[in-house]
Amino acid sequence: MKPTDIAAPDYFHKVVDCQWACPAHTPVPEYIRLIAQGRYSDAYMINWKSNVFPGILGRTCDRPCEPACRRGRVEENPVAICRLKRVAADFKDDIRQRLPKPGPKNGKRVALVGGGPASLTVARDLAPLGYHCTVFDADPEAGGMMRTQIPKFRLPNSVIDEETGYILNLGVEFKGGHRIDSMKALLAEKYDAIFVGSGAPRGRELELPGRKEAAANIHIGIEWLANVSFGHVDKIGKRVIVLGGGNTAMDCCRTARRLGGEKVTVVVRSGFDEMKASPWEKEDAIHEDIPILNYMVPVAFKHVAGKLIGVTFQHVKAEYDAKGRRNLVPSGDPDQTIPCDDVLVAVGQENAFPWIEQDCGIEFDKWHMPKVDPKTFASTNPKVFFGGDAAFGPKNIIWAVAHGHDAALSIHKMLSGEAVDERPLPEVQISSQKMGIHEWSYDNDISPDKRYKVPHRDKVVALKDIRAEVELGYDVKLALGEAHRCLNCDVQTVFSTSLCIECDACADICPMDCITFTANGEESDLRQRLKAPSAHPDQDLYVSSDLKTGRVMVKDEDVCLHCGLCAERCPTGAWDMQKYFIEMTHAGSTCPTKSRSAA
Amino acid sequence: MTYIAKPKFHHPGLKKNALGYTHRDYEGKISTLCAGCGHDSITASIIEACYELSIEPHRVAKISGIGCSSKTPDYFLGNSHGFNSVHGRMPSVLTGANLANRDLIYLGVSGDGDSASIGFGQFAHSIRRGVNMTYIVENNGVYGLTKGQFSATADRGSKSKKGVTNTDNAIDLVAIALQLGATFVARSFSGDKSQLVPLIAAAIGHKGASFIDVISPCIAFNNHAGSTKSFDYVREHNDAVNRLDVLVGRDPIAVDYAPGTVQVVEQHDGSKIALRKIDADYDPHDRLGAQTFLARHAAKGQIVTGLLYVDPEAEDLHEHLNTVETPLNALEADTLCPGSAVLDKINASLR
Ligand SMILES: Cc1cc2nc3c(=O)[nH]c(=O)nc-3n(C[C@H](O)[C@H](O)[C@H](O)COP(=O)(O)OP(=O)(O)OC[C@H]3O[C@@H](n4cnc5c(N)ncnc54)[C@H](O)[C@@H]3O)c2cc1C
Ligand SMILES: Cc1ncc(C[n+]2csc(CCOP(=O)(O)OP(=O)(O)O)c2C)c(N)n1
Ligand code: SF4
Ligand code: SF4
Ligand code: SF4
Ligand SMILES: [Mg+2]
Repeated sequence: MKPTDIAAPDYFHKVVDCQWACPAHTPVPEYIRLIAQGRYSDAYMINWKSNVFPGILGRTCDRPCEPACRRGRVEENPVAICRLKRVAADFKDDIRQRLPKPGPKNGKRVALVGGGPASLTVARDLAPLGYHCTVFDADPEAGGMMRTQIPKFRLPNSVIDEETGYILNLGVEFKGGHRIDSMKALLAEKYDAIFVGSGAPRGRELELPGRKEAAANIHIGIEWLANVSFGHVDKIGKRVIVLGGGNTAMDCCRTARRLGGEKVTVVVRSGFDEMKASPWEKEDAIHEDIPILNYMVPVAFKHVAGKLIGVTFQHVKAEYDAKGRRNLVPSGDPDQTIPCDDVLVAVGQENAFPWIEQDCGIEFDKWHMPKVDPKTFASTNPKVFFGGDAAFGPKNIIWAVAHGHDAALSIHKMLSGEAVDERPLPEVQISSQKMGIHEWSYDNDISPDKRYKVPHRDKVVALKDIRAEVELGYDVKLALGEAHRCLNCDVQTVFSTSLCIECDACADICPMDCITFTANGEESDLRQRLKAPSAHPDQDLYVSSDLKTGRVMVKDEDVCLHCGLCAERCPTGAWDMQKYFIEMTHAGSTCPTKSRSAA
Repeated sequence: MTYIAKPKFHHPGLKKNALGYTHRDYEGKISTLCAGCGHDSITASIIEACYELSIEPHRVAKISGIGCSSKTPDYFLGNSHGFNSVHGRMPSVLTGANLANRDLIYLGVSGDGDSASIGFGQFAHSIRRGVNMTYIVENNGVYGLTKGQFSATADRGSKSKKGVTNTDNAIDLVAIALQLGATFVARSFSGDKSQLVPLIAAAIGHKGASFIDVISPCIAFNNHAGSTKSFDYVREHNDAVNRLDVLVGRDPIAVDYAPGTVQVVEQHDGSKIALRKIDADYDPHDRLGAQTFLARHAAKGQIVTGLLYVDPEAEDLHEHLNTVETPLNALEADTLCPGSAVLDKINASLR
C-alpha cells in the first residue's frame, strides 16, 4: 500500500466515526469533553454552529452517529451522543450574547418556503451575512414538523420556541399562516434566491374495502398528529389500531395512549426486526403497554352502517427468492379481525408540490420529485434551491439541517459571483496534546462503564399528561459518567516514520492490537497479516512509508481506543497524539475558498 | 513509567487458545521500564509463547534476581507464582523450588549483570545440574537498573554512552552454557519476535536445562553508536542459523518448506519443533560443532542466533537424583521423614 496521506482532511475525519456519520459533521468528541469539564455553554455553541438545534436534536435526533460510534465496536453500546447533546442544552447558561448579530443588510433578498429545520438553517447561515430572509409557512409558528408532528411528550414547545427564536431573532422575517400557492408568483417577486423547504407533507393512503364508509374513525397519522399538536383533537376511542411500523406509527400509538386509548395495538406487515422505527422508539412504545403484532397485512376495514368495528388482517410469512429478496406470502392461517374504535394509518409519507407550476424552469423526474443536485441543492432553475424532506423525500431533522447548510453555502456563493459547485474544504486545526512525558491535555484513561440509562418519568404520571416530557435527561453526575465513555477519537495517533527505531514498544502495549510491523503488501494481503483480525474493511489502515528494516508500520484504525499508550511507550516520540478539530465550512466562513484565494 | 492502567478492553476478534484465554489473559501489571526497552518485547514474547502453548498460568513459577530484566516477571503471567529473589540468586532459588515441586513449569528470568557477574557461579551450577527450567537472560550489556555500567557481557572495544571504551573481555553466556552441558541452548534478539516466541515455546517444552540468551537493547544506556547491543548493531550483525515453528497438540501447522530444509525435532512433552535451516551446514545436535561455529562467527563480529543446540533425549536433575515422581511438597510428613529406625538402618548400611 502507499503511505497514508494524513494531510487529506477526510483521513482523520473518518477516524472520528461519529462526526463522519453525522450529516452535519458535528464535532462530537469536542463537545463531549466540554460537557465532562462542566462547560455546557461552550458545548452548546459547538453544537449550535454545526446542527443549529441542539436542544431539539438532543431529544429527537435519529442519531446516525451512534451506530457508527467506535465504542459500539469495543463493547456492547455506543456512547449516548444524542442525550449528551441534550445535557449541553439543559445545563447551559444564557447564551444569547454569543449568537451572531444580524449583519448590515447587503441588499439581497432570499425567500424560504416552509419554516422547518431546513429553511431555518438556511436563514441562520444567511441572515448574519446581511441577507434579508423571508420565511413563509402555512402554519402560524416556525418549526415545521418538529412542532406539528413530534409529540410534546418527546419535545416540549419551550425548546422549539427557544431554538427557532434564536434564528428568527437574527432579523429573519417570518410570515406565519402564509401558504405559498404559486411558485410563479413567488418568482415574480424578484427574490435573489428561493429556497424550498416545504417538507413531505402528505400521509400515504390505505385504500381498502370499508375505507370510505368508516372514514369518520380512520385517520391519516400525520394529519391526526398535527391536529393533536394544534389542539383540534384531544381524544380517541378506547381501542385503537395503528397501522405501520415507522417512527410516525410509534408517535401515533403513544399519543393515542394519552388521549384515552386503553387498548392500543400496532400492527405491521413485516417482521418486528425489519420495522423502520428506531429501536429506542419501539422500546418506549412497548414500555407503555403497546403490543406490536407483526406479519399481518390489513385487508379490510370492518364497519356496521358506517361505524368502524375492526380491521381484518391476513397472516403472512417471509419467503426469500433465489436472489435473496423477501416476499410476504400468506401463511395459511385464517384471517383475523381485531376489534377497534379508531384506526391510525401511518404507512408512509409523500412529497407533493401542487403549487409549483410546470413552466417555472424547475424540472421534475418520473417520481414527481424535483431534479436536485445532491451537492449544491440547486434545482434546474439556478435561482431555486431545495433542501430537507422536499429535496429527496422524507428523512429527518439532522439531514434537513445538513441540506440547509449546503444550500445556504450555494446561495451565498451564487450571490457572491462564485462557482456554486466549487465546495470549500473543511477547516482543520491540528494540535499535539503532549504536555509532559506522560501527561496529555485530554483524559486518556478509558472508562469501563456501561452505557448510562436516561431517567424516565414515572409511566402512570406520563400517560396522564400528553405534554409531560417522558425523558427527564441525564443529571450532571450521569452526564459526567456517560461523557467519560467517549474515546476521544479526534485525538489522533500520528506516526513519524523517520523517528521510529522499530523497538516494538507501541505494538506490545497497544491494548487493542492495532499496530503491526510487517512487510508491505496490497491492502487485502496486509489485512490478512495484522496482529488482530481486521473485521471492518471500511475502517482504514494507516500505513507508514518504509522503515529502516524495510518493513512498514500498519495501524488498523478500527478499534483504537485513543488511549495514547503507544505514544507514552514510544522512546523517540514517533507516535504523537494530536487533536484534529474538523469543522465544516459554512456560508460566510472566513476560510477562503479556492476561487477567492485565486482572486 | 506508564501511568494509566492498561485498559481491560481487547480486540473483539482476538483468538482464544485451548483454555479459552486470549493472549491478554497472560499479561501482568503494566511495565515500569523505560519506554522502548528491549525487555518489554521479551515480556510480550513470553506472553505470546505461554498463550500459544495454552499453559495454565497457575502451573508456572517465574523466578528472578535483581535488575530491570529481573523486574519483568511482574509484567507477565499475573496469575502465576513468582519469586523476586536477591541479586544473582535466581538459579539457587529456582533449583530449590524445582526440587520441592517438580510439577511446575520454571521460568528463570535474569539479566547479564545478574547472571554473568554476581550470579555467575549460580548460573553455572544450575546449568551443569540440568535443572528442568527455561533460563532467560535479557542481555543488554549493561547494568541498566544502576544506570548503565558495563556488564560482563559487554564486548571488548564497545563504547559506553559517554564514549568510554570497554577494555575487559566479554563473557559469552551461550558458549558457557554449551560448555556446562545445557541441553537446549539458543540466542535471539528482542527485536525479532518471530524468532524469539517459538524459541521460548520450544524451551518450555524441553525437559532439562534450557538456556536462552536474548540480546535486548537498553534504550536508556546502551543504544548508541559504538554499542554492540543496540537495535541497529544487532540488526546489522544478526546471523540466524535457523528459524523454527513449534507444533503443539492437535493443531498441526502446515509446514510447506522445500524438502530437506526442514528438520523435525520431537520433544519430550510430545510437541514437535520444525527447524527451518538457514545455514545448511549447521547441525543443532552437535555440541562441539556449535561451540566452534560460535567461536568462528564471534571472531568475525557476527551474532549467531537461532536454536544452537538441543538434545531431545536429555535428563534432568530429578532423574540424576532418582527422586520420587510425586513432588516432595505433596508427600506426607511420615513419608518424607520415616523416623529414626529407618535412619539407623541407613547408617548401618554405610558402616
Ligand atoms: C410523526 C413524525 C415524527 C417525526 N419524528 C422525528 C424525530 O423524532 N426526529 C427526527 O429527526 N425527525 C423526525 N421526523 C421527521 C422530521 O420532522 C422531518 O424530516 C423534518 O422536519 C423535515 O424538515 P423540513 O425542513 O424539510 O420540513 P418540515 O419540517 O416538514 O417543514 C416544512 C414546512 O413547510 C410548510 N409548507 C409546506 N408547503 C408549504 C407552502 N406551499 N407554503 C408555505 N409553507 C409550506 C409546512 O407547513 C411545514 O411547516 C418526524 C416526522 C413525523 C411525521
Ligand atoms: C547484592 C547486590 N549488589 C548490587 C546490587 C546493585 N544492582 C542492582 S541491579 C544491578 C545490575 C543489574 O544488571 P542486569 O542484571 O544486567 O539487569 P538490567 O538492569 O541490565 O536488566 C546491580 C549491580 C544489588 N541490588 N544487590
Ligand atoms: S467514542 Fe466518542 S469520539 Fe469515538 S465515535 Fe464514539 S462518540 Fe465519537
Ligand atoms: S514505540 Fe516508537 S520507536 Fe518503538 S516501534 Fe513504536 S513507533 Fe517505533
Ligand atoms: S534502564 Fe535500560 S534496561 Fe532498564 S528499563 Fe531502561 S532501557 Fe530497560
Ligand atoms: Mg543488563
